[in-house]
Amino acid sequence: MKITVDEVKCCGAGQCVLIAPEVFDQRDEDGIVILLEPEPGEDQHALVREAAAVCPAAAIEVSDQA
Amino acid sequence: MTTDEQVLTYPIPSDAALEPPAEWAELRGKCPVAHVKLLSGDQATLLTRYDDVKEVLADPRFTRQLTAPDAARISADGEGVFSSEMASIIPDGGEEHLHWRRLVGKWFTAKRMSALRPAMTEMAEQLIDDMVERGQPGDLKASLGFPLPVYVICDMLGVPAEDRDRFSYWSDTLLNLTRYRKEEIEAAQAAFFQYMSDHIAAKREQPGEDILSELIAAGSPEEGGLSDIQLIVTGMGLLVAGHETTANMIGKMVVMLLADRTRWQRLVADPSLIRTAVEESLRFDANSGFGLPRYLNEETEVSGTILPRGTTVICSMAAANRDEDAFEAAAEMDLTRSPNPHLAFGSGAHSCLGQALARTELQVVLEVLLRKLPTLELAVPVEELERVEGLAVGGLRTVPVRW
Repeated sequence: MKITVDEVKCCGAGQCVLIAPEVFDQRDEDGIVILLEPEPGEDQHALVREAAAVCPAAAIEVSDQA
Repeated sequence: MTTDEQVLTYPIPSDAALEPPAEWAELRGKCPVAHVKLLSGDQATLLTRYDDVKEVLADPRFTRQLTAPDAARISADGEGVFSSEMASIIPDGGEEHLHWRRLVGKWFTAKRMSALRPAMTEMAEQLIDDMVERGQPGDLKASLGFPLPVYVICDMLGVPAEDRDRFSYWSDTLLNLTRYRKEEIEAAQAAFFQYMSDHIAAKREQPGEDILSELIAAGSPEEGGLSDIQLIVTGMGLLVAGHETTANMIGKMVVMLLADRTRWQRLVADPSLIRTAVEESLRFDANSGFGLPRYLNEETEVSGTILPRGTTVICSMAAANRDEDAFEAAAEMDLTRSPNPHLAFGSGAHSCLGQALARTELQVVLEVLLRKLPTLELAVPVEELERVEGLAVGGLRTVPVRW
């Protein structure tokens, strides 16, 4: 799994951080997403997919790779 | 549709406290872009499908300029939260909005809200103890649902919680679409503006550990901060937004979970479902209020219908959240639903700034209630619960409970 985030689209809702705090964080200075772990371990995949699906700004992209 | 046809009145009247009006399913199926008549008599266009509502809320062509001369007036006399001058002082779009959003939003990050958890938990425990001490049945709305978010937002803004009755009144005059006369609303807004203006002047003299002091410290607009009037309106906006919304949602969430007590029992047995249960309560809330109005500055198309420039569009997030095309078994409350991309907080660049706060409050309240009052039950049949009338944010008048 490979994650990319779009900082321009991000509206700082914080849903991703509430769902997958080991993968996502928010910058203190403006609340914009920080990707802590672009290629997270398998135990995080379900949470990451959920975070991407509910992001109100559609700012998280998840791609599967071998 | 011709203009002679009977036009639906909006908000759609609904008697049942928890049930969605039958019109929603009909509109989503047959008339997803519907003409409606508002309380003012003005016409607007109602959207009820998930895809349409989600897309429009995130589309900058649908503006929040409800003060435009040809925009539909939302409330009976055209006053209130959507059309007040207040709304136009916070930048609506583009770089300026982004700047405001980030400047204020940084104080509402998930991490900051999580840090408030212990204090919120303590507050919820205290409020529940007080309710229990007063004896049953108790009103969960007045005892817990209302005070908790009010104390939290007052603390965040550094305003004294003792003034909460005044805030409640000012907030209600802004959010109630039918209850107040124009003069009452204007007088309340002027008093609220003066209060916040004095409060900010005092914070300027003597800064505290609160968001407004931090926003003042960010400096003038030239220095990257906000102007005086923007500070005042931001403070007013946050206070109003932090009041009725979560306060009403706490009551509605608990009622939805107790209306079918197997839901409550399931959560008592497995509190790890709290997070998804909160999200499902937000999605399932059929009494979430007016929805979000938008104003079109240019001709646009939605679901194959051309909307002319000057159209006022009403997005019903609650109707969209029951769309079977977006949610499997949308009419069922599923406490494990995941993912749950509901639209209760809107969508896109303007989606609720305080959503991490609201989520944290809802999760904390539910966690503490399940732990302290596992035997909680409604003290009246669901049919006897009454909706608050005319509020832009839907709620129940009281939430009578036993334990």
